Amino acid sequence: MSSVKRVNDFTIKIATVNGTGSASANTLLMKSIFRSGVPVMGKNFFPSNIQGLPTWYEIRICPHGHLARSGTVELMVALNPETYGRDVREVAPGGFLLYDSTWPRPVLLSRTDITVIGVPLARLCNENFTGVRTRILMKNICYAGALAALLNLDLGHVRALLGETYGRKPQLLESNMQAIALGYEYVRAHFPCPLPLSIEPLERTGGHIMIDGNTAAALGCVYAGATVAAWYPITPSTSLMDAFKGFCERLRVDPQTGAKRFAFIQAEDELAAIGMVLGAAWNGARAFTATSGPGISLMSEFLGLAYYAEVPAVVFDIQRVGPSTGMPTRTQQGDLLACAYASHGDTRQVCLYPADPGECFQFAVTAFDLAERLQTPVLVLSDLDIGMNDWMVREFQWDDAYRPDRGKVLNAAQIESLEKFHRYVDVDGDGIPWRTLPGVHPKGAYFTRGSGHNSFGAYTEDAAEYQQVLDRLLKKWHTARQLVPRACLDGEGSEIGIVSIGSSDGAVREALALLRAQGIALDYLRVRAFPFGAEVEQFLAAHRLVFVAEQNRDAQLRSLLTLETAVEKGKLRSLLHYSGLPVSSQFIVAGVLAEVHGAAAAPVVSMADTTV
Amino acid sequence: MTFIAKPKVTHPALPHNARGLTRRAYEGALSTLCAGCGHDSVTAAIVEACWHLALEPQNLVKLSGIGCSSKTTAYFVSGAHGFNAVHGRMPSIATGANAANRHLNYIGISGDGDTLSIGLGQFCHAIRRNVDMLYIIENNGVYGLTKGQFSASADIGSRAKKGETNRQPPIDPVLLALDLGAPFVARSFSGDKHQLVPLIEAGLNYRGFALIDVLSPCVTFNDHEGSTKSYAYAREHYDPVALTDFVPREQPITVDYPPGEARELALHDGSRIVLRKVGADYDPTDRVAAQAAVRAGSASGEYLTGLIFIQDEATHPDFHRLNATAQEPLNGLPFEQLSPGAAQLERILARFR
Repeated sequence: MSSVKRVNDFTIKIATVNGTGSASANTLLMKSIFRSGVPVMGKNFFPSNIQGLPTWYEIRICPHGHLARSGTVELMVALNPETYGRDVREVAPGGFLLYDSTWPRPVLLSRTDITVIGVPLARLCNENFTGVRTRILMKNICYAGALAALLNLDLGHVRALLGETYGRKPQLLESNMQAIALGYEYVRAHFPCPLPLSIEPLERTGGHIMIDGNTAAALGCVYAGATVAAWYPITPSTSLMDAFKGFCERLRVDPQTGAKRFAFIQAEDELAAIGMVLGAAWNGARAFTATSGPGISLMSEFLGLAYYAEVPAVVFDIQRVGPSTGMPTRTQQGDLLACAYASHGDTRQVCLYPADPGECFQFAVTAFDLAERLQTPVLVLSDLDIGMNDWMVREFQWDDAYRPDRGKVLNAAQIESLEKFHRYVDVDGDGIPWRTLPGVHPKGAYFTRGSGHNSFGAYTEDAAEYQQVLDRLLKKWHTARQLVPRACLDGEGSEIGIVSIGSSDGAVREALALLRAQGIALDYLRVRAFPFGAEVEQFLAAHRLVFVAEQNRDAQLRSLLTLETAVEKGKLRSLLHYSGLPVSSQFIVAGVLAEVHGAAAAPVVSMADTTV
Repeated sequence: MTFIAKPKVTHPALPHNARGLTRRAYEGALSTLCAGCGHDSVTAAIVEACWHLALEPQNLVKLSGIGCSSKTTAYFVSGAHGFNAVHGRMPSIATGANAANRHLNYIGISGDGDTLSIGLGQFCHAIRRNVDMLYIIENNGVYGLTKGQFSASADIGSRAKKGETNRQPPIDPVLLALDLGAPFVARSFSGDKHQLVPLIEAGLNYRGFALIDVLSPCVTFNDHEGSTKSYAYAREHYDPVALTDFVPREQPITVDYPPGEARELALHDGSRIVLRKVGADYDPTDRVAAQAAVRAGSASGEYLTGLIFIQDEATHPDFHRLNATAQEPLNGLPFEQLSPGAAQLERILARFR
């Protein structure tokens, strides 16, 4: 049996039962690796449940900083008897498996091509700790200690991290360190350490942080000056609102009076949540909501009103698996079409597609500027993978010179100088009319309505008047095309291209590097906004064959591209991943190779330089 | 029916209010409702109340949903912003607007369909949140714009114009609001200007959720014999429990009432509500008694009207007081007070390293 020898380049997968406290042990491990200067990524595959169902956490260590799943598992920590069978099968040949040897597990011995490491985690904890809950919690910390020994992880980082968590509770710090030591010492005494898989300190995480996209988006909302947040709880968006509230309670409460410079409203449903956002934004506050697919369905009526009556709004859609309730704790890019055309009638919505937490922070600010500039909803389509997993991204930057673009809002003096204010007249030729806020000037008053209206804001059923407003909205849509973030472009003029979106980016980037190593070069375009800019049209026109990689069954991005550009449908090849787990680089490589070499060729994924 | 004439021209002799404005300044576009519609009377009462209170027109915000009632926000105070939202969703728009600027006067106009069917959830939750607004239901028991279907406020046994009889129990917004903890609950009749105008004034000045359910007959689809929301029925089964006078801030009480039969309530801004008791032992500050009185009235086919319940503002904080929101409107806070800046970002990000 040959073991895989990999330094700083492998994937650990930890199989546990949810509700047992394994999340903190997993984060502890991941952050210890990060503090060793080694790029790392963590993905949580958790059930829609509070306690008792299988859950997995995947930690990928990659010296090149690739942010996607590799598609293989070199070290499995199998602590959930219910899933032993599949967990054992998933280990790559030559890989390793750690299990709790307190009880015999003959099933684990069914493979001869992997190394099995038994650590009596439960016994160690039962002998050293009292209380059922403590023993269960410490078992997790104990496997983190065992892994630290196996991987040669610096215990100094582990202690420092625990110190930051339990700084004010020294007893907890000591009991956690004791659990770490139990696992660490047992492994050192019984197995050769480190394994062929190991961590060696690097200096490749400087200037980076580990953060999830929901926290990043919430921080972006704080920095953008959002004051009204209304939402209805829904997985996986809830942590965005929790984070916003947390930041505001720290940063926006007057220390003397306790007065809050924000309003945080838990609505009765998503219909009310978006209504509150529209009411607040119409009244001049920066307002937003966060939701997921089912919420988008419910909000669609109001989103149509906002489009037609020209009311700003920012909506974060943290996409999860559909249709319907789907799998609430799994990821997908399944709302692309629902968001782009949210609501009945001729409605098109401005959408932004962040690819990682860094863009969640940045696009939160962009979204408010665009919403107010364009007087229309802006939907930010993140997903569960970006929103709830910790990503290693560059530290966010903030320019203190930034001032929000509040768009075309007339102040009292400007209104006073007008003979008459007309809400929906295209004064500047860009399709964006001027608006006024309540409480400013009686001459600025107008009537906002979702019913047919003319350029002056009055009710109309007149064909020409109705059409004039609709045509101006289309003109505004073309203005939006100029203002939204450009697509990202990479490549050196290959005749084959690949297009992706959002969280598919990491897998595509790594796949492109792997393919290049095999002599296959692709140009790459990552769409970052809807409407599509001219660069999207040009990219599609310039390539003979274009792969479209996305995470849904129905090729929604491909549909959008064929609907909204002049591209020939026939040259677009879909790479569709919709299992609910984040797409791996291996999946993209296999799909491209199948097309390039013909369907018969076996997908080849090689990481030869790191495998012995 | 409109009981307050709408002048076509501004006559120099028109009376001016404390702000130097005539009633014309509080009017809106010409109504397109059916001639004789009760809603037009409500509109006229709102104009009268706003003029009497001498509101700054731009400080009023008019909100509505969809339906005949919801059209009426266009027919008063043209100097105020209006928002005609989607069906049943006005309360959420009002909540958001109020969150953005707590200092404006919010008036929501809705109907029985808009409030009690499609919008029942939002209505209930606006009450629970105690959004500072006046919420008027123009209640005619029927869907007008879609031509005569029963609404959720239609009484059992009431007959539609085409002869169908309603068999489902009605939802009484007054009882519902009392149950949900609304701090200001009133009922009136579109044809009773003397009762309705002071109620609107009090509701506009009350800090918190003020509900006025106004029986407002539909002359086209629900004014026939067999309807319990017709003019004839309402006039015959009308039982005012408490008449109200509203005295704006810094004005002496000049209403004519016998001492000992009146009770005065002060509002946050110094204005006062004077209750003139009609029912011998009616106490509008007792929620349980109010509920019992409304139930007893409806059991005998009577509409109990007037200020049915009012709670001291101090004992029932509105949304902003509960939230401890800053006094300055959120929509006017300087950016520097909202965005923490680059140095703070550095500190925030430290815990993600």
